[in-house]
Amino acid sequence: MKRLALLLLVALGAAGCSPIQPWVKPYERERLADPLMQWNRSALSERHREHVHNVREAARGATGVQGGGCGCN
Amino acid sequence: MAATDRAAARLKAAGLTAWRWIKGVTKGVGGGVIATQAATAATLPEDRAELVYHSYDGGGVKATGPALLVRKSLADRVSFSASYYVDAVSNASIDVVTTASPFKETRKTYDLGMDWLVRDSIVSLGVYTSREPDYNVDTASLDVSHEVFGGMSTVSLGFTRSSDEVLAVNEPNFKERARHWQYRAGLTQVLSPRWIASFNIEAVSDEGYLGSPYRAARVFGAAVPERMPRTRSSRAIKLRTIYDFGDGPWRTAVRVEYRHFWDNWDIKAGTVEIGASQYFGGNWLVDVGWRSHAQDKALFYSDNAQTETRFVTRNRQLSTFKSDSLIAKATWTPRSDWTNKYDLKLTGVFERKQFRFDDFTDSRTGAKYEHDANLFQILVSARF
Repeated sequence: MKRLALLLLVALGAAGCSPIQPWVKPYERERLADPLMQWNRSALSERHREHVHNVREAARGATGVQGGGCGCN
Repeated sequence: MAATDRAAARLKAAGLTAWRWIKGVTKGVGGGVIATQAATAATLPEDRAELVYHSYDGGGVKATGPALLVRKSLADRVSFSASYYVDAVSNASIDVVTTASPFKETRKTYDLGMDWLVRDSIVSLGVYTSREPDYNVDTASLDVSHEVFGGMSTVSLGFTRSSDEVLAVNEPNFKERARHWQYRAGLTQVLSPRWIASFNIEAVSDEGYLGSPYRAARVFGAAVPERMPRTRSSRAIKLRTIYDFGDGPWRTAVRVEYRHFWDNWDIKAGTVEIGASQYFGGNWLVDVGWRSHAQDKALFYSDNAQTETRFVTRNRQLSTFKSDSLIAKATWTPRSDWTNKYDLKLTGVFERKQFRFDDFTDSRTGAKYEHDANLFQILVSARF
């Protein structure tokens, strides 16, 4: 058991010395670039929705959108 | 002898399983702590123009208007963006009809942005201004995002500083200010060729006049001007993920996101959004979704206060309520030589919203207030 634990420790340590290769190959990235995989497809559409929510709900922030500013009282 | 062989085979299988697990762990988790050379560089947003007509109609408020966004890059190093957004508001909300007269006003916003690509990082600068007859906002923001582990992870940091001028159309001498500071961080992680996830956190601090000069509170049944704290501090965290099923022209993706919010006014809120996207052939992409928001009231919110307190408000935005929405979106990509060249897309968005207030009553009927609303957008976007 001790030997197995030592083996695991050595394996983990050795793996740490090797460079980490991206686990998505370049030819697989096309799928990630598809509109289906985008958080927001239209900046203006999201801005409108965000403004509608900001002026009616108390919660705000962490939307993942850069910039900001509400203009609401 | 056979028993020894079986034991050896089991041990070998267990060893192989352990080895596969170690490989998986070092590939997935190790990537989070050990730097490596980047296989790809960050990319600037695409050169596009977007034109939107948007509309919100509900609870006596109608806000409509056009919006335009243009983005153009120079030498694949810098991308500039400019946008113009109009909200023509006709307001006969319950606050307005019970304490004042319906009114119309127009809000116009302008913003300019610059994204600068530096190796695997994008530095974004933005300025934004919003103008209304009684509320003006000026904002500046700085964001930096950086790709690591060969583009598998993107970390981002951002800061926004806003300054508001609060006026009252019926009181020429009324002039107040509010200032806001927003600090945010995020991590987007590619988990597999079909699966991405992100985590965002944002802290917002406010100082100054944080109420409305028109709004009345109710104390012992009598209308009094609301009394709001002059500082506020809030935190929000958001987790979201998208998973892509299928291949070819009938691909589907599902998305889930959740935001938890809390602040020092004792408001706690949770917002969940679940959606599915489906391609129909090469021309149509359809999205359907559901959004639900629930929040607790601020410490000093009261529908009709029965004690005198330093702060009091009847702003229903700070009350206990629940809002649910059904969302439908369809994007059509026409196919011809001309439309393909500009990647023309037409999108329609419809959202049906429902607001149910727990502790805000309609003073005309005494019943708990509730209303529905419709959000509508038509978008045209093209590459150039």
